[in-house]
Amino acid sequence: MIASFFGSIPAMILLTGILVGVSGALLGSFLVLRGNAMLTDAISHSIVFGIIVVWLLTGQMSGPVQVLGAALTGVLTVVLSELLARSRLVKMDAAIGLVFPALFAAGVLLISIYARDVHIDVETVLLGEIGFVWLNTVMLWGQQVPIAVATLGAVLVVNLAFVLVLWKELKLTTFDPGLAAALGFLPGVLHYAVLTLTSVTAVAAFDAVGAILFIAFVIVPPATAYLLTRRLWGVVVLAVALSVAACVAGYVLALRWNVSIAGMMASMTGVWFALALLFAPGHGLVAQALGQRSKRLDHDCRALVAHLFTHQDTPAMAEENTLRALVDHLRWPEPRARAAILRAHDRDLIERRAGLLTLRPKGNAEAEAIFGRIEPER
Amino acid sequence: MSALADLLSSGIVRTVLIGAAMLGAISGMLGAFAVLRRQSLLGDALSHAALPGVCLGFIIAGTRDLGSILVGAFITGALAALIMMLIVRRTTLKTDAALGIVLSVFFAVGVVLLSWVQDQGGAASAGLASFLFGQAAAILRSDLWIMGGVGLVALALVLALWKEFKLVSFDADFARAQGFPVTLLEATLTVMVALSIVVGLQLVGVVLMVALLIAPAAAARQWATTLGPMVALSAAIGAASGASGALVSATTRGLATGPVVVLIATAAVVISLLIAPQRGLLWQALAARRARARISDGRVLTTLQGLAAAHHDASYPAERGMLETALGARAPTARIAALERRGLIHPVTHPPETTPHWELTEAGHAEAASLSGKPAPAQDGGTQ
Repeated sequence: MIASFFGSIPAMILLTGILVGVSGALLGSFLVLRGNAMLTDAISHSIVFGIIVVWLLTGQMSGPVQVLGAALTGVLTVVLSELLARSRLVKMDAAIGLVFPALFAAGVLLISIYARDVHIDVETVLLGEIGFVWLNTVMLWGQQVPIAVATLGAVLVVNLAFVLVLWKELKLTTFDPGLAAALGFLPGVLHYAVLTLTSVTAVAAFDAVGAILFIAFVIVPPATAYLLTRRLWGVVVLAVALSVAACVAGYVLALRWNVSIAGMMASMTGVWFALALLFAPGHGLVAQALGQRSKRLDHDCRALVAHLFTHQDTPAMAEENTLRALVDHLRWPEPRARAAILRAHDRDLIERRAGLLTLRPKGNAEAEAIFGRIEPER
Repeated sequence: MSALADLLSSGIVRTVLIGAAMLGAISGMLGAFAVLRRQSLLGDALSHAALPGVCLGFIIAGTRDLGSILVGAFITGALAALIMMLIVRRTTLKTDAALGIVLSVFFAVGVVLLSWVQDQGGAASAGLASFLFGQAAAILRSDLWIMGGVGLVALALVLALWKEFKLVSFDADFARAQGFPVTLLEATLTVMVALSIVVGLQLVGVVLMVALLIAPAAAARQWATTLGPMVALSAAIGAASGASGALVSATTRGLATGPVVVLIATAAVVISLLIAPQRGLLWQALAARRARARISDGRVLTTLQGLAAAHHDASYPAERGMLETALGARAPTARIAALERRGLIHPVTHPPETTPHWELTEAGHAEAASLSGKPAPAQDGGTQ
């Protein structure tokens, strides 16, 4: 049963994707909330350099020492960028943009010079080979487990333990670094701990999804979750769930269309984000547009009531309290005028009596609420 | 040298060189504005976002036609910029998250399209992968006209809107208050960055394009203090990096152009950061060393003055141990020798002691007085 699970190719591919997604989303939630999302970009590019250097030195691509060694490059990128920015010769964004392309370029050149015959080539660096993760296996507790699954599983355990054990500290340093520092929680150390774990995760995920698609797994699900909920645990749990859903949906679609599996999984995180951006309750673009429309209608309604109240029981009433007057005098387009009348009618503010729009008691009350504040001063 | 002449006589190498220099110059020129406006990483997002456009252009044209590929790249790049703006303005997500989302999702879609094209296309699609890391050797003579056209449009826009771009880059709020259409101008600059990314794709590819925008500008900024020279120098550094990188990769088999160009441009940045006059790190270190020496010299002089005043002897000879005790710091031999050379102090002997002593010269007294604000002690005989 267990052996057939670890021997099943689709299960292993899916499991690898989910492990990348979950480990990334756990850390990504804090990176996105702290505004460090682009450091992920820098880290995931520059670990290419670390991976190839470690490979040249040890002749191995996997193993705890190799993963940690390569992950150092990611941390080094952040340190170098911050040093460069501190020299005040270049700004922080330019500093990031100078350091990681240089390391990435060096890594790509080293690959094309030294490693052309080996199984890493330049395209794998970018795109990963999640479809072939099952080829390299390792014996664990009597089972043939793909190396990528074993490594990513270990990384996930570490990330999960880190987030659970330091939950309170992470929460505090994310939302109020100043207070955290004052209370002695060392936000700087935690910051680097998160970035180190991100580097380690990036190195472990590198074989499967490549250097750049990894960014999607770290940033996009937490950002999507952030559009949908306002609680930290909600963001983390939702991000993890969205990652898993993206992996499953991406895998199915990739098989159907015969396209890149990792690319499709990462694209699906983008689809969830687009859906949340459009339809998130309350804050989504559609909800924003509807809210705006409804506010505008309410405002028109008040304007209508005020207009009717002004001309109520005056000689001009026959001319003013009609749909025509709204169009001709207030210069409302006819659909707008009709919508306002309908809305006012629905809210029982006005009624049509003898061809004229007249205020109902509730409408009179609303008009007095509008004008009433001015009246005592007259 | 004759090897170089041989190379240059080849028509293909000449095409590659001209193309690479042109691409480098365009991205250098426009990158200067991006760096000044702190939009360096926007270039990264837009260049990654060009990948799906490259594939779409290929799919629609059916061949590796540069024109349609560039149009496709430009459209998805612009779309990415638009979505970025939408996310930043309409949600509570921060700019960096918006950048990361646009970058990674567009790139993922590009990867999907690329794998689809390669699955369908066969031989014709092979050239597409070169847009990942750039392959200057793939530049055709007919491509030069397209790049030249884009370059001329960009140059004309920069020259025509020079004053406006300058104002928007340095003080957008003031520009707005003066009634300039700031949003339109910023959009124009962003579109032009997308344009330079699009033409630069062939040289360095989507992944490393950001370096060709930032590195020449960051290097040029160290040498220039005004916008005109900075933009010109940035274009020159871009052109030089592009041309030399293309040459190296064209003569060495199997080296993609992009990484070579990026490393050359980065080397230019490192050299500029170190040795640029006034701003360079070495220059700063030298200036700090000089300032430290000046302060230390001043303190030695005023300490000697103080000792002389305390002993009512203008030519009071101070021994090194005494000087250092009064100074509260070490007085390095090199600094004392420098003061001797400047004629501010001179060594004397003070029998029966055999160790060297120093006293202030007249010039030394004048200098110490101007530093400490106290007059030189009167010549009233002394301890002897």
